[in-house]
Amino acid sequence: MSLTRRSMLKRIVAGSAVALVPFSAFAEWMEAAFKADSYQSGLAAIGAEGATPSDKVKLKAPEIAENGAVVPIQVSSSLDNVESISLFVEKNPTPLTAQFKMFPGLKPDFKIRARMGETSKVIAVVKAGGKSFTAESEVKVTIGGCGG
Amino acid sequence: MRVKAKLKGDVVTVKVLIKHPMESGRRKDEAGNVIAAKYVTTTTAHVAGVQVFELNSGAGVSKNPFIQFKLEGRAAGDVIDLKWTDSAGDTEESSVTLK
Repeated sequence: MSLTRRSMLKRIVAGSAVALVPFSAFAEWMEAAFKADSYQSGLAAIGAEGATPSDKVKLKAPEIAENGAVVPIQVSSSLDNVESISLFVEKNPTPLTAQFKMFPGLKPDFKIRARMGETSKVIAVVKAGGKSFTAESEVKVTIGGCGG
Repeated sequence: MRVKAKLKGDVVTVKVLIKHPMESGRRKDEAGNVIAAKYVTTTTAHVAGVQVFELNSGAGVSKNPFIQFKLEGRAAGDVIDLKWTDSAGDTEESSVTLK
């Protein structure tokens, strides 16, 4: 195939489109974080090491979950400039369960249902203004389904 | 995917129910073979082409995921376009018009 001026230009345009990909890759699913096998390594993978507890992070989870397969969780925050809200189930094989990203007009108030293999802490990590804040709640999972 | 949106003033509460097995890749079938991982990794919402929501999720989200989020500054007639993508690359889209 001969390289005419036109086909060369087309290649340059195509090449620059590829070069733009790393910028949008920022918004992609973070495999390292979602496959991390401990809370601490997951926290590091989302860049939230050294997160501190804050009463401006609200986490609602049941004290006792009779069915660990469906544990309703609500997380909200009254912090300014929230960038993301992540949920961890400390004792799950891969603790990072969900990460909500913020956009203009989106309220930092979410509900989701998580799967829990055993009694564990559920931890919400809110990134806001370049810092990270947490709230946690212990959820007791009763296996056998008889309650109690 | 089922989507319900309730507008109150200019705040809309969006509830999304995705029909999905959310296989973690840790379960085995009756013959003892590991069932391949297949779970929703990303759920997004756009209004008129502008992104307004993104959830990234892992294997710890329950089967048939339920998600609720709230948007401010919305009005009747706005269309919210939702889309999920799973770890196998499958996707599903749905739209809801606010009223």
